[in-house]
Amino acid sequence: MGRYVVRRLLQMVPVFIGTTFLIFVMVYALGDPVAAMFGDRTPDPATAAQIRESLHLNDPLWSQYLQYMAGIFQGDFGTAFNGRPVIELMGDAFPNTVQLTLVAFVIELVVGVTLGVVAGMRRGRLIDTGVLVLTLIVISIPTFVTGYLLQYFVGVKWGALPPSVSSEVRFEELILPGIVLAGVSLAYVARLTRTSIAENIRSDYIRTATAKGLPRRRVISVHLLRNSLIPVVTFLGTDIGGLMAGAIVTERIFNLQGVGFQLYQGILRQNAPTVVGFVTVLVVVFLAANLLVDLLYAVLDPRIRYA
Amino acid sequence: MRGARSATWVAGAIAIALGATACGGSSDSAGSEAGVVRAAWGDPQNPLEPANTTEVQGGKVLDMIFSNLKSYDPKTGEAKNDAAESIDTKDQQTFTVKVKKGLKFSNGEAVTAKSFVDAWNYGALATNQQKNSYFFSDIEGYDKVAPAKGEPTAKTLSGLKVVDDHTFTVKLTQKMSTWPTRLGYKAFAPLPKKFFSDHKGYLDKPVGNGPYKVDSYAKGSQMKLVPNPEYKGDDKPKNKGVLLKVYTDSNTAYSDLQAGNLDVLDSLPAEQIKNAETDLQGNYVSQPAGIVQTVSFPLDKGAWSKKGMEKVRKGISMAIDRKTITEKIYHGTRTPATDLTSPVLGDANGYSKDICGDACEYNPTEAKKLIKEGGGLPGGKMTISYNADKDSHKEWVDAVCNSVNKVLGDDKACVGNPVGTFADFRTQITKGEMTSGFRAGWQMDYPQIENFLTPLYGTGASSNDSHWSNKEFDGLLKKAAAEPDTKKATKTYQDAEKLVLDDMVAIPLWYQNGVAGWSQNVSGVTLDPFSVPVFSDIKVKA
Repeated sequence: MGRYVVRRLLQMVPVFIGTTFLIFVMVYALGDPVAAMFGDRTPDPATAAQIRESLHLNDPLWSQYLQYMAGIFQGDFGTAFNGRPVIELMGDAFPNTVQLTLVAFVIELVVGVTLGVVAGMRRGRLIDTGVLVLTLIVISIPTFVTGYLLQYFVGVKWGALPPSVSSEVRFEELILPGIVLAGVSLAYVARLTRTSIAENIRSDYIRTATAKGLPRRRVISVHLLRNSLIPVVTFLGTDIGGLMAGAIVTERIFNLQGVGFQLYQGILRQNAPTVVGFVTVLVVVFLAANLLVDLLYAVLDPRIRYA
Repeated sequence: MRGARSATWVAGAIAIALGATACGGSSDSAGSEAGVVRAAWGDPQNPLEPANTTEVQGGKVLDMIFSNLKSYDPKTGEAKNDAAESIDTKDQQTFTVKVKKGLKFSNGEAVTAKSFVDAWNYGALATNQQKNSYFFSDIEGYDKVAPAKGEPTAKTLSGLKVVDDHTFTVKLTQKMSTWPTRLGYKAFAPLPKKFFSDHKGYLDKPVGNGPYKVDSYAKGSQMKLVPNPEYKGDDKPKNKGVLLKVYTDSNTAYSDLQAGNLDVLDSLPAEQIKNAETDLQGNYVSQPAGIVQTVSFPLDKGAWSKKGMEKVRKGISMAIDRKTITEKIYHGTRTPATDLTSPVLGDANGYSKDICGDACEYNPTEAKKLIKEGGGLPGGKMTISYNADKDSHKEWVDAVCNSVNKVLGDDKACVGNPVGTFADFRTQITKGEMTSGFRAGWQMDYPQIENFLTPLYGTGASSNDSHWSNKEFDGLLKKAAAEPDTKKATKTYQDAEKLVLDDMVAIPLWYQNGVAGWSQNVSGVTLDPFSVPVFSDIKVKA
């Protein structure tokens, strides 16, 4: 297992370099960042020249990339448009997004798996059809629609939960955005679990377990669920990265200054260090989540071994 | 069991993470303090340095924490002395500025002539990379501290001289009677010693000499301002402070306003405007701001610079149904333009209701005739370029094109040309890569007609996006600048404006309105000529 982990970690290096370089080139291709800094006004030539110099914009692209990467390995992610070090922006943004992601993840896991198990156990019955229809509806409605609707009704009309997240990021403020963010993935989790459960419930080892006289709860939770969760875990693992990166819409609607917000600002204001820095961290999160998923397989199914 | 033990670890990790989430917040609700106005804010684009702030959100704070030599009357836009005792000149070129005695920064430091001179020198020096540096370009010695090529050869402006503690003189490169008018602009704010000795500390908690001082600043999320006890001016706050909360989406801010979590919102979402008046029970204002939107053309080369094209441009102008577009798309938050300035200037400072005349009136028959006389659209078509990444320009560009197409009876005569990003759009303009029409706009720096002409249409001026050049126009600007009588100067500026309109360098479209909504919790909300709420006048109900 140790060798497997080392090999996986080494594989991450080219992926990491490739993705960051691509992002770097793409951001660079969006136009002259200095032109955007001055609004609808042509930059003063002297000031523009100084800014260009300090951002190394006169160097060739590969050299800029190398300087940037060299900085990253010394913990320097560059400076954002507003003069703040990107690492400071990350310090503000990532905790917010991680909290939101965790809330969404837990909702997704608990509600999604429960719905899936219930539906899978009673395949073809009313409750199964109900879950299928419900998840279909959730999948087909865009996030911003559910977001604004929930915000308006729960937050403004009924005043049950705060309509937006304040700067302190309290737990109850994260429930609404958490539900919205979890929504679509939750539907997938429920459907994946349902199919998997429905398949495995008729398998020999379940029949054996039941025949041995094990209590029903134990059969379901240890025997059935553990074997049925492999596809779900795969989905959940990649979804962590997806939730963090994909929260742009949700974060905007509920005014959470997280990763999505900073990325959006960075792109809008042509700030390569912000965009590349945040994407770099997200790439690492994705890679780590994938590795974790692969390792979890072994936990769920002892037949899967890594050498 | 290997598997089971690992599973315990995973479960443990999740439990810890969840625990961390749950105790992330405190029960204390931010900003519900009595007497404090809670207002929507946007994250400033630049560090909060006066000479580096080019946009409204940072400017909002600077207006509150600084009191400049001049200030603009919130109602009339008139520039009057604020921190200045007097600003005198005999030749319209050398100005003697006397600063009021006894003024202090919020940290107790005295405001002196040096506070201004040091700040301006800092703002002008190219190596400090201040985005407003060109504001000092009229002061003698600017070409030494910010040469177009190479490193600066001087650190300070030779045109600035401290005479005594409260007096300094400014020598300009040429005569400019209206120069003192611009001194209310934030780039000209004084700076305390802390700015230079502890720059990072200053940016974390800016210090000024205005009606408010910064109490706390959590970058990216909120800033709390409280009345500055050292402030002695006329704009003493009528509330116990202002809490500026950063919103990433104006729709969210609007929801918070309705839910009672916010008091003042000065960027109402476009889609809510038609409901705002009823939603907010009349706590809503919409009034013209110092912003004019135009369509400009590249006039230094290419098909649009040929003779006779001014007739075509005039024809296009007459083909645009401004009234319908502003009503249909903007629900009346734009006002059809009748000149190149803005109504907030008032007649005294150069606004005119009829200077554009028929050329800004919708007249399909005359429009078609003029375009034909001028030789028609080059190649039979035109485009209007705009940046597609923000401000939803697509809607109005399509509407304007539609209006032109209808007049010409040709569906493909005018089409919108989206440019991916604002940066790319600006790059194309500054590099002179535009070949047809493009969107342009101007947000005034100070309420004076001069600010709507010199930077935009003067030969080689900083925002002359159409690269237009006219000797007669430049001459009139010079003449107006040397005129000691402001009334006469304004008249001369209008003569110059007439030239721009005769050539239809930029087609005036509409003035942007400032809109604001507020909660039942506050009263006395008004917008100044820059469409920023006058925070010091807002009262909070008990």
